[in-house]
Amino acid sequence: MTAGTLDGQLLAADDLSAYYGSRKAVGNVTIAFRRRAVTALIGPSGCGKTTLLRCLNRIHEVGFEARVEGRVLLDGADIYAGGVDPMSIRRRVGMVFQRPNPFPTLSILDNTTACVPRGLKGKDRLDAAERALRAAALWDEVRDKLKSSPLRLSGGQQQRMCIARAIAAEPEVLLMDEPTASLDPIATAVIEELMSTLTKDFTIVAVTHNMQQAARVSNVTAFMLADETGIGRLIECDDTAKLFTKPTDRRTEDYITGRFG
Amino acid sequence: MDSPRYARLGRRRIYGTLGVALALCCAAIAAASLLVILGYVVVKGVGALNWEFLTQLPHPVGVPGGGVGNGIWGTIIIIGIATLMAVPVGLLTGIYLALFGRGVIPESLRFLSDVLSGVPSIAIGLFAYAVLVAPLKHFSGFSASFAFMMLMLPLLVRTSEQAIRSVPQAVREGALALGMSNFRATVGIVLPTAMPAIVTALLLAIARVTGETAPLLFTAFGTQFWESNPNHPMAVLALQVFTYAISPYPSWQAQAWGGALLLILAVLILSLGARYMLGRAAKGLDA
Repeated sequence: MTAGTLDGQLLAADDLSAYYGSRKAVGNVTIAFRRRAVTALIGPSGCGKTTLLRCLNRIHEVGFEARVEGRVLLDGADIYAGGVDPMSIRRRVGMVFQRPNPFPTLSILDNTTACVPRGLKGKDRLDAAERALRAAALWDEVRDKLKSSPLRLSGGQQQRMCIARAIAAEPEVLLMDEPTASLDPIATAVIEELMSTLTKDFTIVAVTHNMQQAARVSNVTAFMLADETGIGRLIECDDTAKLFTKPTDRRTEDYITGRFG
Repeated sequence: MDSPRYARLGRRRIYGTLGVALALCCAAIAAASLLVILGYVVVKGVGALNWEFLTQLPHPVGVPGGGVGNGIWGTIIIIGIATLMAVPVGLLTGIYLALFGRGVIPESLRFLSDVLSGVPSIAIGLFAYAVLVAPLKHFSGFSASFAFMMLMLPLLVRTSEQAIRSVPQAVREGALALGMSNFRATVGIVLPTAMPAIVTALLLAIARVTGETAPLLFTAFGTQFWESNPNHPMAVLALQVFTYAISPYPSWQAQAWGGALLLILAVLILSLGARYMLGRAAKGLDA
């Protein structure tokens, strides 16, 4: 495991464990995420990769009896320290979910600007929406129907709108939980291309089921695996090219060569 | 294939057919009794319906004509006030239960609300009498609104909680992940999504109290005049139906049927509205 130094990183987990009630789902993970790069979290189902991701913006604790031990450092400060407001963390660490989750009662415009400051009105608001939608490669498809319901968009378009919504809040980090799991191959390709473009401005951590996807879009890959007690552990984290060609751990090699999972 | 297998198959088929037939019979009985009641009220009541009946004051016994205009007016005012009181309390309690659903306080609230929904309406009327009529020494429309509010509350609390909970967790988490506060995520994002279902529940709650008569006996009490001041006794349609129906005068009895028909029509319209809203809710959520 190449934990490296956690100092000076934008985002890092330090000896992080996550629980659902008394069940430990993620155990003692230490990892630093490279700035302005895509880090892919891979591993078989139930290895805790989504749980780890959800700890990074404190959305894990929204669940019933869900809690966290250890530290998550955002720009050097522990986001789980006492007195830290989860809302301020979530503004800095945006999230895109497995299935597109547009707000059904809001228009495309209002969805996209759901989190821009409320003082921003009229033209400024429209500009903020345009910037975010352009960044999400959706602007040309929706520019004429900003006032209509996002439910009329295709799944891939909805997901890009959700990415735009997350970007509009101007976060530093973007978490993506299997963002293409519910999409067809063409929509997937669009989102994958988008992820590479977004590293210009954002640090991205993405969970993926799909090893080819990790190989295509990520700069760094982290492999997780549940141990014999069902606790998700970080096995190995390295440059994607190296991890897929010369893994150091036997279990990583077994997984990427398709021997299990 | 040997014969016992065929025999069993035949028996199963017979049982299956019998079961379906039985279910159909029961459904037919339920539907028929409903239609008979509806048909009977329409036949008896439709003759009493006319513009005068809807807009005029009741006439004294022996004077032909007259109407239940003041009762319709009183019903609208009393239910309006009850709704204004029940909606904020019921909705906010529902939000509270949906947000902080676990623990002793929410569980006891839920239990109390279930108990309240099972309390006979006449007991609720008695309570309203004890706290609002007896101390003030006069009947009032407001005391009827208070009783109606207590009847509507449990319905609103539980249905709004259910409606808020039925909004997909992904929508709620999406709002929270954007850095919204719990309250803003609920009121700004989740609640509007649940709104059609909540409005449906409200319409059904109104439909329920529209036909309630027992609590009115010792709260609104009734009057022969136009009354818009909820601090005074008020005429209510359901109460007029009751008074007219037990009277010995055929002309009043005819008007009681007319009033009953009006009540049924009101409930029918509210139910259709509820169905329409529910249809919209289903449409909104399936995408």
